Amino acid sequence: MFKIVKREEMAEGTVILNEIEAPLIAKKALPGQFVILKANETGERIPLTMAETNPEKGTITIIYMVVGKSTALFKGLKVGDGFQDIIGPLGKATHLEKVGKVVCVGGGTGVAVLHPITRALKEIGNSVTCIIGARNKALLILEDKMKMASHDLRICTDDGSYGHHGFVTDVLKEVLEEGDIQLCVAIGPVPMMKFVSKMTKEYNVKTMVSLNPIMVDGTGMCGGCRVSVGGKTKFACVDGPEFDGHKVDYDELLLRLQAYVEDEKNSYDAYMKEKGHSC
Amino acid sequence: MAEETGKKEKIPRQPMPEQAPEVRAKNFDEVPTGQSPETAIKEADRCVQCKNPACVKGCPVGVDIPGFISLVKQGDFTKAITKIWAKNGLPAVCGRVCPQEIQCEENCILGKKGEPVAIGNLERFVADYERKNKKADRPKKAEPTGKKVAVVGSGPSGLTVAGDLILKGHDVTIFEAFHKPGGVLVYGIPEFRLPKEIVFSEVAGLEAMGVKLNCNAVVGRIVSVDELFEQGYDAVYLGVGAGLPRFLNIPGENLIGIFSANEYLTRSNLMKAYLFPEVDTPIIRGKNVITLGAGNVAMDSARTALRLGAEKSIIVYRRSRQEVPARSAEVHHAEEEGVEFHFLTAPTKFIGNDKGRVIGMEGLKMELGEPDESGRRRPIPIEGSEFELECDLVIIAVGAGPNPLLTQSTEGLELNKWKYIVADEKTGKTSKKGVWAGGDIVTGSATVILAMGAGRKAADSIHDYLTWGW
Repeated sequence: MFKIVKREEMAEGTVILNEIEAPLIAKKALPGQFVILKANETGERIPLTMAETNPEKGTITIIYMVVGKSTALFKGLKVGDGFQDIIGPLGKATHLEKVGKVVCVGGGTGVAVLHPITRALKEIGNSVTCIIGARNKALLILEDKMKMASHDLRICTDDGSYGHHGFVTDVLKEVLEEGDIQLCVAIGPVPMMKFVSKMTKEYNVKTMVSLNPIMVDGTGMCGGCRVSVGGKTKFACVDGPEFDGHKVDYDELLLRLQAYVEDEKNSYDAYMKEKGHSC
Repeated sequence: MAEETGKKEKIPRQPMPEQAPEVRAKNFDEVPTGQSPETAIKEADRCVQCKNPACVKGCPVGVDIPGFISLVKQGDFTKAITKIWAKNGLPAVCGRVCPQEIQCEENCILGKKGEPVAIGNLERFVADYERKNKKADRPKKAEPTGKKVAVVGSGPSGLTVAGDLILKGHDVTIFEAFHKPGGVLVYGIPEFRLPKEIVFSEVAGLEAMGVKLNCNAVVGRIVSVDELFEQGYDAVYLGVGAGLPRFLNIPGENLIGIFSANEYLTRSNLMKAYLFPEVDTPIIRGKNVITLGAGNVAMDSARTALRLGAEKSIIVYRRSRQEVPARSAEVHHAEEEGVEFHFLTAPTKFIGNDKGRVIGMEGLKMELGEPDESGRRRPIPIEGSEFELECDLVIIAVGAGPNPLLTQSTEGLELNKWKYIVADEKTGKTSKKGVWAGGDIVTGSATVILAMGAGRKAADSIHDYLTWGW
């Protein structure tokens, strides 16, 4: 069992942070890599990119949004409880390079994945502007950490309750107009990554995105996570999870993410109903 | 008694009782239900106990077949299992999934004129009897040697290596990437052909003998082969299988409802998605299912689809019935259950709806031309033979290649042009000192028993190395 040593609720309880004992993974993991977690015997294997690792303490941190039964099960785990299985580190690590001026764009829980990459880009000497967004102020996560990890943090909310009123792409346009951006890293909901990539392509700015498709094994064995990149089929688990944002077929990815949408909804509703009864 | 003096071949081969096709096509219980002790003894009595038994030569691990059959005939099932264990640590598995008809049973002298002795059924009977009754003593372990062996992968070859080397007194640890041991026996072969409980019971037997099992351990990620040596392992065996699914690279292949057989079977077998929503892993339940390919994996997929509610389950194969690579017993079972076969047919394109879900497949009819490099007649498209098939689930079972995750992260390991590991045929030794390999990662997709045979050879070679040096 992989024990939870710290648990926080964020964004009004819709986003959960778990710091988990996994010393071997913590020792090996690099920014951008992911783990697969399974709560219990009957649980589903859920891939999540690590938000933090602490090799000295032997822990990894995941931050996830509660979207279905599996993440609801995760949410139910308290400090001292644990995950039955955690597999990792999986996927390729982020390619980190000093290129000059970099813009990092994060939306929703993508900010959690963006954080270690942003910090690493800053540490190796890049000048890092960061744009993070959420639907409203309450749902914004990791503001303080992102401030520390970048030179310039800009915030957007869809409803204008905090920072710029509008989408991250509005602010991104300003940053791109300022010029000289060498690299964009965008991690968040698929539509956000799609529109960020569309914009940076116009400015000819190299863009890296991190994808989180449906997966089973995470080792290249099943091909469930296949994505079209530059017209070629890639497996996100071993060829990614990071890809050239200008080449990803986001529309296909969006559709593929809906493969089990009805099953997932029914399973979640049944679980919440059962949970309601037992309370 | 009259039978004593009668000619042996007069006893007919004893049939294996099975669930009726219309019943079993709707459940995941094992298809053959197993034989009674009386039937097993009767079958064993058919064996003529050849002085120079050809059956043993057909067995990749060299089980003393007449030896154990003679014990079955005497009703001493416990001694019979001990006899099998001396050469084969996974008899309950092999009795079920070995292609006996091209190995031991093909060589059986009775087969020349009639039906061979049902060696596979007897092996299965003896193993199942022991699993229920637990009377036999496990073989004795040698004194500890102080040598440590890492076995990467817990499929049939890895389990064989572990079982052999623990008996020789070595300290053995298995590293498995999945959360459960068994490799293809668990993620690939369906419950109705090989109940998972049998595999777990075999693994538990190894653990009881002292084999350590590390699940969730992806070697190449969490630890490298070189790091295993740094950690004090004296030898490493790589039995990671051929876990890279092949796709067809035709338009529409990424539509929802198109799976690799690996994914489809892993969801159903390892994750038990057929029990969804009792378990949390979902699977798509198609009404019109097409499986592409005609190997054992394709049969498993098409039959799984029936059990998941398919009204129509079709195998589409570009060659003819003669070239079908699956075991004839599997084809027979599939046909009995209602799987349809479309031979000389190849897909060209998948069609989707506005939700990105597959709704059809376009294809071409084929005819057979001259033999290709595999010696089989090459299928050639017939012009103007375009057709369309309706479907809501497609399973691609056209084979697997070598998964590069481990081989790419291991320096000094020679690979062939198809990226399989180069290993000595007799010993399993690779180009890297202290590293052996066997099973599908060396040969490409093959059978459970061939992987076990490779494991046996490697285990012998590893033992020699740990005793005498490289």
